[in-house]
Amino acid sequence: MTIVINVNGADHTVEADPSTPLLYVLRGELALNGPKFGCGLGQCGACTVLADGAAVFSCLLPLAAAKGRRITTVEGLGTIGALGPLQRAFEAEQAAQCGYCIAGMIMRAQALLEAKPNPSDAEIRLAMQPNLCRCGTHMRILRAVRRAAGAMAPARRPAS
Amino acid sequence: MKPTNSAPALAAAVLLGLAGWAALAASAAPPARPAFPEPAIRHGALLAAIGGCDGCHTSEGGAPFAGGRAFGGPFGAVWATNITPDAATGIGSWSPAAFAAAMRQGVRPDGQNLYPAFPYDHFTHASDADIADLYAYLMTRRPVIARTPSNHLAPPFDSRAAIGSWKARYFRPDPFVPDGAHDAEWNRGAYLVESLGHCGACHSPHNAQGGEERGRELDGAWAEGWYAPPLNGSTPAPTTWTQEDLNAYLGSGLDNRHAAAAGPMGSVVHELARASPADLRAIAVYLAQRMAPAAGAPARPPDHADAAARAHPAGALLFAGACATCHEAGAGMMMEGRPPLQLGTPLDEDNPRDVISIVRRGLEPPVGPAGPSMPAFADSLTDAQLADLVAYLRARYSDRPAWRDLAKAVADARKGPSG
Repeated sequence: MTIVINVNGADHTVEADPSTPLLYVLRGELALNGPKFGCGLGQCGACTVLADGAAVFSCLLPLAAAKGRRITTVEGLGTIGALGPLQRAFEAEQAAQCGYCIAGMIMRAQALLEAKPNPSDAEIRLAMQPNLCRCGTHMRILRAVRRAAGAMAPARRPAS
Repeated sequence: MKPTNSAPALAAAVLLGLAGWAALAASAAPPARPAFPEPAIRHGALLAAIGGCDGCHTSEGGAPFAGGRAFGGPFGAVWATNITPDAATGIGSWSPAAFAAAMRQGVRPDGQNLYPAFPYDHFTHASDADIADLYAYLMTRRPVIARTPSNHLAPPFDSRAAIGSWKARYFRPDPFVPDGAHDAEWNRGAYLVESLGHCGACHSPHNAQGGEERGRELDGAWAEGWYAPPLNGSTPAPTTWTQEDLNAYLGSGLDNRHAAAAGPMGSVVHELARASPADLRAIAVYLAQRMAPAAGAPARPPDHADAAARAHPAGALLFAGACATCHEAGAGMMMEGRPPLQLGTPLDEDNPRDVISIVRRGLEPPVGPAGPSMPAFADSLTDAQLADLVAYLRARYSDRPAWRDLAKAVADARKGPSG
């Protein structure tokens, strides 16, 4: 079946069964390998992408439910030459060890910072809870999210 | 239990109150306390788990028993009080008789009535010995200075005098009377369910004034946006709840022949997991007898996969992509002893609300930080897709009639406290 999905700002026509989880199409058809297959059960978060700005597990999002929504993967946040604020922050804090969870972590954090530009530590921890890291770089990940929150927050207006 | 505040004004009141409460929530030096016998303290701890005291009297991330959690309802918000033995802000200055009067009569040491959000209509049935042991346990907790915020209630409920007329109509301070037709274990279970366990606070229907409807005890009721199913013969459960099933469920939040605990029952099983095994077993014995189906064992739970897919193709497709990897027969999760969907009670309830809430919010591990959990789908599926999926689930896994107006039910769940 032919389905059109919008990923990182562009429409893509894919041939797939509408029940196929979005993750397989992103990786297999569109060569967007940022989102990872971790558990396939919505328990680890390695596959996290944005759907209309909300963080979702792409391993449990059927194509039929992805249709008509703006999908964003980590590739949509910046390029090698021009990294996005979260990508820069994760690099600056050296927040990746093996790196398998990081694309999902960044997307989960992106959803948080789009909704709440200046979250408290408790709010960051709560929002990041669905995503797991086996290497144990959690403290660096939290630092990276805090660093990006500062960078992404809109500049304060000078007092007039 | 989680606070439920639907009205915006109420939410604002709660926020203001929280700020004031947090500022005062520091620990105090313990006052000199009378010595209590160790066995009384230990037994009191087990009874507190049955009563779920800290489920209501502990705020999110707060000190145990220090209060600070709001309970909202149609009349406004009532705050769970500090029941640590701090003399100024807790119950440290209460005598054993004062504690018993609160439990048994719903009266504070100053003579004022307590709001029945504190379920003294159940605790009144507790024995003198159990109340004394609970007192011993609470009085030996760490005292915490935490002033309870003021309640915010609409007139006439803002006046504690109004509680007097409520009590006159609905409060029956009768002692528990054992039923000679049953053995000691059954009677222990009945006693715990009716008194400290206060199961009826959620599972029995209440009228508009908040009084339990006579003759409909444990008949199923709405609590915090969830349907607490009947704990008697009118249970819609597709398979019989045996004593072993109930024992497993109450002690762990999961029974592989029925379901995982969801909604407010999640925090209840966190508490019950710390109760005495003998008491849990007694409750299971009693409830299994109450819940025994009148017409013998129910039929084998259905799986109308083909018919459901024909009737609801959009829902079938969503199920295949979002749910089957865990819930389809033969999926990895099913090999770990999770209950198949057709065994769960929610798909057989008259109202789709619980199913919708579970799909939208997912499930937390029932007891402890690890354990089975289900991800939330609120951000993955649109309301229309959720309605398609729920229609398919009902058609596939239940023999009961299709739910009507699922679009409205989904929209209501999104706005409600369980959404």
